[in-house]
Amino acid sequence: MMRFGVVIFPASNCDRDCVHVLRTVLGQEVEEVWHEEQSLDGLDAVVLPGGFAYGDYLRAGAVAARAPVMAAVRAFAQVGGPVLGICNGFQILLEAGMLPGAMLRNAVLRFRCTMVHVRVESTQTPFTRTLREGQVLQMPIAHGEGNYFAPGSLLSTIEEAGQIVLRYCDAGGRVNHGANPNGSVRNVAGVRNPAGNVVGLMPHPERASEDVLGSGDGRLLFESVIMWLETRKRSLVGA
Amino acid sequence: MPIYRIIIELKPGVLDAQGQAVHQGLRALGYETISGVRVGKCIEITVPDQTARDEIDAMCERFLANPLIEEWWIERDQDRDGTGRSRVPVLPRSQGS
Amino acid sequence: MTTATLAPESVGLTREEYEEIRRRLGRDPSPLELRMFGVMWSEHCGYKHSKLTLQLLPTDSPRLLQGPGENAGVLDIGGGWAVAFKMESHNHPSAVDPFNGAATGVGGIIRDILAMGARPIALVDSLRFGPLHETRSRRQAAGVIAGIAAYGNCVGIPTVAGELVTDPGYRGTPLVNVACVGLVRHRELARSRAAGPGNPVMLVGARTGRDGIGGAAFASEELDTASEREDRASVQIGDPFAGKLLIEATVDALRTGGVVAVQDLGAAGLTCASSEMAARGGVGMRLELELVPLREEEMRPDEILLSESQERMLLVVMPEAAERVASIYCRWGLRADVVGEVTGGPLLTVLRAGAPIVSLPPYALAEAPVYRPAAREPETLHARWAMPEVSQTDPAQALLALLAAPAVAVKRVAFEQYDHMVQVRTVVAPGAGDAAVLRLPELSPKGLALVCDGDGRLTSLDPYRGARRAVAEAAANLACVGATPLGLTDCLNFGSPENPEVFWTFRQAVTGIADACRAMKIPVVGGNVSFYNESPDGPVLPTPVITMVGVLEDVSSTCGAGFRRADDMIILIGKTDPDLAASFYVSAVHGMHAGRPADVDFDAHQRVLAVVRDAVARGWLSSAHDCSEGGAAIAVAECAALGGLGAEVILPAAPRADIALFGEAPSRFVLSLPEHRLRDFQALAAARSVPLTILGRIGGDRLRLAASTDHRWAIDLPLAEIAAAYDALSSIL
Repeated sequence: MMRFGVVIFPASNCDRDCVHVLRTVLGQEVEEVWHEEQSLDGLDAVVLPGGFAYGDYLRAGAVAARAPVMAAVRAFAQVGGPVLGICNGFQILLEAGMLPGAMLRNAVLRFRCTMVHVRVESTQTPFTRTLREGQVLQMPIAHGEGNYFAPGSLLSTIEEAGQIVLRYCDAGGRVNHGANPNGSVRNVAGVRNPAGNVVGLMPHPERASEDVLGSGDGRLLFESVIMWLETRKRSLVGA
Repeated sequence: MPIYRIIIELKPGVLDAQGQAVHQGLRALGYETISGVRVGKCIEITVPDQTARDEIDAMCERFLANPLIEEWWIERDQDRDGTGRSRVPVLPRSQGS
Repeated sequence: MTTATLAPESVGLTREEYEEIRRRLGRDPSPLELRMFGVMWSEHCGYKHSKLTLQLLPTDSPRLLQGPGENAGVLDIGGGWAVAFKMESHNHPSAVDPFNGAATGVGGIIRDILAMGARPIALVDSLRFGPLHETRSRRQAAGVIAGIAAYGNCVGIPTVAGELVTDPGYRGTPLVNVACVGLVRHRELARSRAAGPGNPVMLVGARTGRDGIGGAAFASEELDTASEREDRASVQIGDPFAGKLLIEATVDALRTGGVVAVQDLGAAGLTCASSEMAARGGVGMRLELELVPLREEEMRPDEILLSESQERMLLVVMPEAAERVASIYCRWGLRADVVGEVTGGPLLTVLRAGAPIVSLPPYALAEAPVYRPAAREPETLHARWAMPEVSQTDPAQALLALLAAPAVAVKRVAFEQYDHMVQVRTVVAPGAGDAAVLRLPELSPKGLALVCDGDGRLTSLDPYRGARRAVAEAAANLACVGATPLGLTDCLNFGSPENPEVFWTFRQAVTGIADACRAMKIPVVGGNVSFYNESPDGPVLPTPVITMVGVLEDVSSTCGAGFRRADDMIILIGKTDPDLAASFYVSAVHGMHAGRPADVDFDAHQRVLAVVRDAVARGWLSSAHDCSEGGAAIAVAECAALGGLGAEVILPAAPRADIALFGEAPSRFVLSLPEHRLRDFQALAAARSVPLTILGRIGGDRLRLAASTDHRWAIDLPLAEIAAAYDALSSIL
């Protein structure tokens, strides 16, 4: 059993959902990490949940990215700890400079909550290790600022480095304009850092982790990181 | 205490969907000669007398704006005396300038 | 401010009411006190004209833990858990400022649920506007939807069900009714009865500013167009971020067990909360104005006492808990200030610089006088029952027009703007079934079903029957997802009660709701009356809105409305004598509200509902949808559009094709099921003497409907055209 930290910022609102899935659905240990926390000692993985941290009043994620806990999250990531930012958590990781790019308002200028399909583009992360490239997942999105943007040169760099983790696609896995719910450049739905241990995505895997809610695909991401952590633990013990 | 007004806009080249929508709305109202609309935000800060403009720039760069997608202008307002506000923008600033 | 006299009329009171105040106080009220009376005795706070009529509504239920008279009603759902819910209107603020009016409406109803100690788990919204091809109505609709989204999404409460109806009768008087549902453990149920002299009174949440001064009085005035601009100052601005913090902090604070009473600060702010809490508890309260944290300088006492600044609540706490409660709010970045204390003497006293500036019995403020307004049947009522000659139009065109009407069309454009999935409970999403279904992991596999229904058109034609139809339809919607009604909350939207025809209509509608609830044994556990919905065009279309909550024993067996499988059989159950009188078809296609609506036979209704519910619970049905606006043809078309499957259907014969297709009658359902279930289902229906007609089969990519057995399709349209019409709202809003 692994020990997950779910960070709670003021006005995080998917924190309880992430705790529910990790604890009740997947049987993991979960610690709720307050935004003023300075240490993440004893955690195996960290989740930054969705919501409207600090109201998102300046820019989505901007204030939260400067919260005390983020120094600890950065340190945790620097030593290879897996960090997953979901929706607002992704925005926070971008604002914190832990992932490349920025978020603009949805091209439709509206909040959008709907089920989408995404295609796995990179399996070089703890969260997608057990998936295969090209695999199509069904998960919901719910955001007003999920229009991923990176200037041309940065975009080429991250594309070439394989840092795109998920792209919006249709049910058949085709990445096209019609499948893009928010105007994201090249349908980007999720990215990773060069090392691969920090991942941000706009879709909500925790809302797609139980069949009764319409999809169980999101659970695959959590199961992947659990397996990755178990393998790492075994190899450490073995060494 | 002086008041500075920071105006933040999306950089040219970054899709300003709000600006486009407002532009369309103005056209629909008959203002057809308008050739461009940008939507941004304005932040007013009240600072101690001796605050250097560089310091305000640093605030923008580190927090108030996202230099990857946004640029900003800083205007100094006259001290509040009820006579109105400065409307003259000072030097445009953007990342790298 | 300190002028010795203030005319009662200037604060919205009559001479008689002023005399009543003098009688209750035994002296003249001070100008400040008179302002407080003016707001507390407004219709919005005081329910002067509606109180006696509302007593008709039945509240008894073996599950009742809290009926009307508190911040929300509460019903037991087993396992030590209860559900708290209430619906409220925010019509006037939303007419003036659609975005902020709707957003603060959401904030307010959430705090009512929170004040019962419940964690809010869902929002339901019922919206009515003028025709959307008119710019003003379209802007109102777009602003209201965006406002609900802005608040609800940020605080993380899913908006899971709702209505969107347009009619010229709402032009200038849009209706914005929002309900909130919360979950609470019995032992954590909170109430608003102040108690314990010496207990500190704490004001928690946001600071007090000059927001919405006199908003409650404003809500009771008739709107004219000029007021839309001038009244802007009395519209409050919500802060959903603070609202979210207030939810978390208050849930934590109530868990300490040190909170004696709690109430939301809404209309009339501190005045209302303090006087109602003291009056309910039969105690007094002393407030010190200097202790109230202010957002603006130099606020006058009346501004502080009547401010409607959002995101505030008033708590009575045990002295030993005060510090702990304050530290909880502080942890969430909110203020919690002791502003006074509970006193033994029966007086509400407000001190400024140590000197009393208000001193009166709380009940005197909190219990407005009760009126028996004159009532008169509208002169034109019977004339409206006469059915004019209606020409037959092209059925296919009529079908597409009805599908595209906002009342029928899919509300994707609204629900996609609402986060309807947060809290991971949503099993049947908005639009996917006749009611939303939320699972309750606390009581797994149980679930809750939520729906709201109202029909201003039917109510204007026959208020008694229209109201009964609304209650019946809400229960029918719940049956389609397999849920049994638990209770309801209502929002009654009418014009001026001082107009005898409006008041008669109101009383008939309340009587209708009451009789329907008695027939179905459903308690009314709370609600809201919104009078004075008047514009220069006259009173609003009379619109009682019902939000009904139901319980499912097992959410995994629930059922959606869309067709699911090719080759499934399509069935119509319920009586098959549809009528064009008062139908949506006559209204939307022929432009007339005419005819007398059919009444509900509640004995038959209950039997049909039991059949549908049983069949859903047994997992026999693939889809279930009730026939409402647009009759059987529209019900079938909706099922086809939702499921993306075509069908061939022959409807029971009627004197005219349009009657068979679009005629309406209560208690009818379109169901689909696999053929091997048909025999069992027929037996189930027969056992309860419920009529059943096999309509046809699912399949293909066209929708074909015949109105008789002459094998000529009255309607034969490609599914894509049906789907496009059904999604018409997406290109309008």
